[in-house]
Amino acid sequence: MGSIHLVIPQKEEPPALHERAMDNLKYIRETMERATAFTGISGWGQVAIGFTALASALVSAQQKTFKAWLAVWMAEALIALLIAGWSIDRKARAAKMPLLSGPGRKVAFSLSPPIFAGAIVTVVLYRAGLTSAIPGLWLLLYGTGVVTGGMFSVSVVPIMGLCFMALGALAFFAPAEYANWLMAAGFGGLHIVFGVIIARRYGG
Amino acid sequence: MVARQSALKDSTQRKSTTNLRDAGEAKAKHLAPSLDRLIHERMRLGIVSALAANESLTFNDLKSLMNTTDGNLSVHARKLEDGGYIACTKSFEGRLPKTEYKLTVSGRRALENYLSHMETLIHQMRNS
Repeated sequence: MGSIHLVIPQKEEPPALHERAMDNLKYIRETMERATAFTGISGWGQVAIGFTALASALVSAQQKTFKAWLAVWMAEALIALLIAGWSIDRKARAAKMPLLSGPGRKVAFSLSPPIFAGAIVTVVLYRAGLTSAIPGLWLLLYGTGVVTGGMFSVSVVPIMGLCFMALGALAFFAPAEYANWLMAAGFGGLHIVFGVIIARRYGG
Repeated sequence: MVARQSALKDSTQRKSTTNLRDAGEAKAKHLAPSLDRLIHERMRLGIVSALAANESLTFNDLKSLMNTTDGNLSVHARKLEDGGYIACTKSFEGRLPKTEYKLTVSGRRALENYLSHMETLIHQMRNS
């Protein structure tokens, strides 16, 4: 005859006090990071980028060759990158958050894949002589990065990304002579308009 | 028989670990009564932390950040407001009502105290 064993379920011990304390600290840090990333994009930085883009559009419109036009916008991309990095860092410092802990990392990770893809496809299109597709490609891919990065941010950011994507799509089908002005409308106009909205609503 | 022995061994080991931990916790537990219950609650702690990282946030920003419902957020925000930890301003943006929250000086101090409280707890447990 088999014996009957009483199986007493082992009680799960409650988490230790210090474990709960560590968990609370982690929660505070993560919430602060999330909240900073939420409004971490600098509106005034975007306005500045918008104005440099408008200036670049005026300069690039004077260029006689596509190579020179491309060089002007490449220089603008570099200037915009520096302004964006500086302004996000400034805003992150104001909120006492290290740049690479939250907002900076999210923006960098979301924007860099489409920008990298854009750089590669630009070379391919340039070599193939399909230069008229480059403005549309840049607007479309930049918009894609802003939409994906903006999913963690205030709703106005992904909306701005969608506007860039719409302009990009338009640039593919519009006559080539409009391309430079669509770039100005996107990298200049959209950055200024949305930059002002972000700066006024979300503290700079 | 073997099973019973090993169960006994397990239980003794568990008891001794629990005793050690209890001793450390007893040391740290005297800090518990002074714990700020108002921000100890998860949702309220989240609201205060989010506002500490921003100058101000709207009701909708906080709702989407905390991933919560209107009702839940307003209950917790009201408690923090009543405690003087956050300040609420209501205005109109065009025709839409806008509720904005800011962390008050005492709210920031409460969060700092809470942080140092948690750090002390961890420190005490490590030293025990």
